[in-house]
Amino acid sequence: MKAETLLLAVGIEAGYGRVQVLWGIDLAVLERETVVLLGANGAGKTTLLKTLLGLVPAWRGAVRFLGEEVTAWRTDHRVRRGMAYMSETAVFPGMTIEENLLIGGQFLSGSALRRRTGELYAIFPALGERKRALASSLSGGQRKMLGIAKALAGDPRLLVMDEPSAGLSPLFVKEVIRVLEQFRSRGLTLLVAEQNVKFLELADRVYTLEGGRIGFAGTVAAMHENDALKRAYFGLK
Amino acid sequence: MPRLLRHALFILVPLIAALAIAPAVYGNHLLLFNLIVFMTLAQGINIVYGFTGYLPFGYVGFFGAGAYGFSLAVMHLHASPFAALALGALAALLLGLGLTPLFRLSGAYFAIASLAAALAVLQIVSNPALEHITNGPYGVSLSGVFDPSLAYAVALAILAGTVLLVIWLRNARFGLALQAIREDAISAGMAGINVVRGRVIAWLLAALIAGLTGGVYAWYISVFYPETVFSGEVTVFAIVFALFGGTATILGPILGVAILYGIYNAIGISTPQYFQLVYGLLIMGLVLFLPNGLVSLLRRRGVDVP
Repeated sequence: MKAETLLLAVGIEAGYGRVQVLWGIDLAVLERETVVLLGANGAGKTTLLKTLLGLVPAWRGAVRFLGEEVTAWRTDHRVRRGMAYMSETAVFPGMTIEENLLIGGQFLSGSALRRRTGELYAIFPALGERKRALASSLSGGQRKMLGIAKALAGDPRLLVMDEPSAGLSPLFVKEVIRVLEQFRSRGLTLLVAEQNVKFLELADRVYTLEGGRIGFAGTVAAMHENDALKRAYFGLK
Repeated sequence: MPRLLRHALFILVPLIAALAIAPAVYGNHLLLFNLIVFMTLAQGINIVYGFTGYLPFGYVGFFGAGAYGFSLAVMHLHASPFAALALGALAALLLGLGLTPLFRLSGAYFAIASLAAALAVLQIVSNPALEHITNGPYGVSLSGVFDPSLAYAVALAILAGTVLLVIWLRNARFGLALQAIREDAISAGMAGINVVRGRVIAWLLAALIAGLTGGVYAWYISVFYPETVFSGEVTVFAIVFALFGGTATILGPILGVAILYGIYNAIGISTPQYFQLVYGLLIMGLVLFLPNGLVSLLRRRGVDVP
């Protein structure tokens, strides 16, 4: 059985003002797949994710989600349809943990939201113990966990993450990967932009982004067979 | 007991009851009426500033639009006070709708642009060339509908409705969504919140509240000049009262008005020569030591202030 294409981007070009950042990006994410978008700083990872979410308008090209053309949709509309986005500043610092989760899932029905936050507190017990604490009182790592929980509170089909490892110690990066692994096994589809190759542990497929263009697209195994990529991303001689 | 019901029972009911019996025990009817007016306006500021983060220096524009909508309906259409109130509210809503493009601005730019808009409305209303419609700078006189007791009761009902609305916002997801917009509009959009819709609804609710209050104010005092109902002082007081108590709460603006308006009148009666000095010092102290209002004193101690 062939997996359904959840997200499909064709010929995406985008940028800011007159500066073009993305040049004809083609990208697909299949149902239940984990795709890692690998690229250095300034390669255009964040711009690409924002274009997929509708935070940056696409100059050319199309974005399809769950079989629908969403290129012209507002962000909140896409999110309600099942995309979730976790940016680097993932939480509302001036609000409590509980409020952050309620906002993340605010378009669910009351009972569905209660069930969902209950599940999330079970997965992130450290958050469940301090529901009334302000998000600003959390450590960087805990904030990242809250960011993940908030993004997942709306029970999305696809979670798009922008550098979940940024600012985290190696130990916490492992913890983030462990948590994501858990959600993946429950059927969540993931698109993760990273420069940390640790995240390739999770990946079914990899895209590399170089200067706003897709360099390589394929499996992690295929990437390992390519000497140039090995040198560029794994630092091997 | 659900939080919403608890808040209604322990905040709204005592407040309205106290203000309903107050005229029987305290002789200064106008002062009590103004107290109600400022409590309502401070809650309007609370909705637009506390929940969405837009600070409208021109908030008085809606108040004036309501007052003049009411007056024109009475003078030209010979409308009953209640029909005139509805038209006053409509005038404020239309002004609010007309000003929605200001949302492209933020922070101080929005505050100042809204002030300019309010001044523009004042200039139009007080234009002598429009004397046959608005009476221009000579103000209006509505002696035909004069009924302070009924107007007081209606003002109290408007306050009750406003506080109930804030209680709902404090407990509903829509209120939480508005606060998310205030914290970070882009992140709010990323959480699936329709940012534009949220802002416009909060803005129009605040305009409606000020329009109704302006209408009932015109009814109560019945003789006034354009400068009376478009006075910048109205906005400044409403903002200071709301901030002093603490925004994004139900109690904050109520406490702010009760305490500051109380002090305002106490000084104004006992030692008017020191009035500006004392009031200025009070506001400076607020900005320096309690930027998040009185309720933040309790919040810091972990109390969940309603």
